[in-house]
Amino acid sequence: MDYFLELFSSGMVRGSIYALIALGYTMVYGIIQLINFAHGEIYMIGAFVALIVSGVLTIYGFSGVSILILAAVIAMIYAAAYGYTLEKIAYRPLRNAPRLSPLISAIGMSLFLQNYVLLAQTPDFLRFPELIPEFEFMEPIAHVMGSAELIILVTSAITMIGLTLLIKFTRVGKAMRATQQDMTMARLVGVNVDQVISMTFIIGSVLAAIGGVLVASYIGQINFYIGFMAGVKAFTAAVLGGIGNIPGAALGGIVLGLAESFAAGYVSSAYEDVFAFGVLVFILILRPSGLLGKAVKQKV
Amino acid sequence: MVGYFKQSFLVSLWFVFLTFPLMVVKVNTLKNVVEWRWMNMVYVAVGAFVLSFVWRWALERRQRKTKEAEFSDDVLAKPTVGQRLLEDPKVFKPVLIVIALATLGFPWLVDIYQVNIMVLALIFVVLGLGLNISVGLAGLLDLGYVAFFAVGAYTYGIMNSFWGFGFWISLPVGGLMGCLFGVVLGFPILRLRGDYLAIVTLGFGSIAKIVIENWEELFNGAKGIAGIPRPGLFGLEMNIEAATTYTYYLMILMVLFTIFVTNRLKDSRIGRAWMALREDEIACVAMGVDMARTKLSAYALGAFWAGLVGVIFAARNTYINPNSFTFMESALVLSIVVLGGMGSIVGVIIAALVLILMPEYLRAFSEYRMLMFGAVMVLMMIFRPEGLISNVRKKYGGRKSPTEAAHG
Repeated sequence: MDYFLELFSSGMVRGSIYALIALGYTMVYGIIQLINFAHGEIYMIGAFVALIVSGVLTIYGFSGVSILILAAVIAMIYAAAYGYTLEKIAYRPLRNAPRLSPLISAIGMSLFLQNYVLLAQTPDFLRFPELIPEFEFMEPIAHVMGSAELIILVTSAITMIGLTLLIKFTRVGKAMRATQQDMTMARLVGVNVDQVISMTFIIGSVLAAIGGVLVASYIGQINFYIGFMAGVKAFTAAVLGGIGNIPGAALGGIVLGLAESFAAGYVSSAYEDVFAFGVLVFILILRPSGLLGKAVKQKV
Repeated sequence: MVGYFKQSFLVSLWFVFLTFPLMVVKVNTLKNVVEWRWMNMVYVAVGAFVLSFVWRWALERRQRKTKEAEFSDDVLAKPTVGQRLLEDPKVFKPVLIVIALATLGFPWLVDIYQVNIMVLALIFVVLGLGLNISVGLAGLLDLGYVAFFAVGAYTYGIMNSFWGFGFWISLPVGGLMGCLFGVVLGFPILRLRGDYLAIVTLGFGSIAKIVIENWEELFNGAKGIAGIPRPGLFGLEMNIEAATTYTYYLMILMVLFTIFVTNRLKDSRIGRAWMALREDEIACVAMGVDMARTKLSAYALGAFWAGLVGVIFAARNTYINPNSFTFMESALVLSIVVLGGMGSIVGVIIAALVLILMPEYLRAFSEYRMLMFGAVMVLMMIFRPEGLISNVRKKYGGRKSPTEAAHG
């Protein structure tokens, strides 16, 4: 039973990280129908910036959880800046191009960012400073769930609730929903569509950075390549939940995380990634609209 | 003008901010030292300032071009200088002869190391041409192309190490295996739209690598299969040099064969169907093209070439392991197709030679090559989506194109 609970909690942790990244995919896809292939790279850059900030501060003699929060905030700012610039350079000039062009551009951007970090920093794994404190009240259940895991779950839950509120009740959220429904019409009624798209990229990137910082401080090491796998899996989660659908992305992330964790625990950990891809392929073949998505009829 | 300078200055500032933590600070968390690389900041500032001017100029130029295209409907049909030169028999024939002579004489002019690299470049030429069938002609973006390459390579590796089959039997079997996998994997995903297809193929590519890595009994896992014989010639004993030269000529024949087939395919009924499908799926199906068969044939034919050269790749290296078949290779082949111009055969050949040979000869460049590939993919999509050498559509009847008119 303990083993089951352990797998469950690690699955939830994984799942909530996937969900955080998947939200970025789903929001962008919902608005401009683009698979932002470089989104995983934004997550990686978020983790790197957090590592650099906390590393420098630790070396200069600071310590404690406040560093982690500061590092996370700076990572979010940088991720937002990268996301914004990415959209402006690689996707905006291709707004009216055929469908495959922005996708290829996104793959190019993903390769570029990966190698940029590889060359500017290091190809090796870097150790992330241990900044998450151990809570005493977690002691009795520490064998199934540690403090770090609790922090990840709580943070992602708060973030997702915040996002829902933002989209439901603010002006920006309303503009985003309008643009998602009909871009031309939104423009006609005075929504600044370009700004909304930029905003979407910024929000998605901030969420990815939160995921990046959480994972990095949980696993304890990062390198330039972590974004690729995380990105593909988060995309799987987004598709699983129905791409373009925000609650779907959260659900898809959790389902994928749990499924993967149980598959790794009870079947074989070597084939963990195969399992995630298998889920993706089956979902796309059997139910391309995902768990919560609605089937979209193509109009001519 | 002052406005431009101010704008570029701001861009430069923005990039300095953006690259600051990653380019300037380098922290070693094990040794607890921080390295500040202030020079990088200067490079970024100057680089961004200059590049923003180039960027602005290029975007304006692009805008002008699209405007011109709107006003005259002839622009699309007008061939560029390069195409006109290629079509002119006075230029075309001597160039072809020179290229042919250079190709034939190549192994006698340079040492064995260069020939070996050239063989690799030619392998990528064929891979590029193969992927060009599915991406360039049929518009099916395949991000896991390297999986079929692996299928070919491992077909030979396994057939040889288990049953002792030689190269010449494995070659067609490798191609057919690639084709078979293409059909088997292609069949369920036909219904998917372009971008979903891309991600699923990416998944297949990664699955293939993981399976190879973990299936010890069949694929020998991460250790790979060693001692694969080079191509044989009626049981003739050959030293390494002779064998490499022989492989080289074999690859040349292979490239010629591929060019011949893809060229014929392009103007065939099925090639037309591929291009129509690429342009507009719904319209194409409405015109009576069998979508499933057309897509599947493109996918399977692309896979066939990958399987075929996979066998040659295994024979060239005499050793294969899963690390030769990563996403990077798929991305490399894709950037060859993108750079060469989707659907253009000459373009793909030139792009493959440039992208494979350049990092080999410019060692300093090889470190930056993936960075460059990424940048090239983005820039090509924005500024020259038709590739370096774009494809001229064959036209029937109607007006004569300017080159045809010039030659009567």
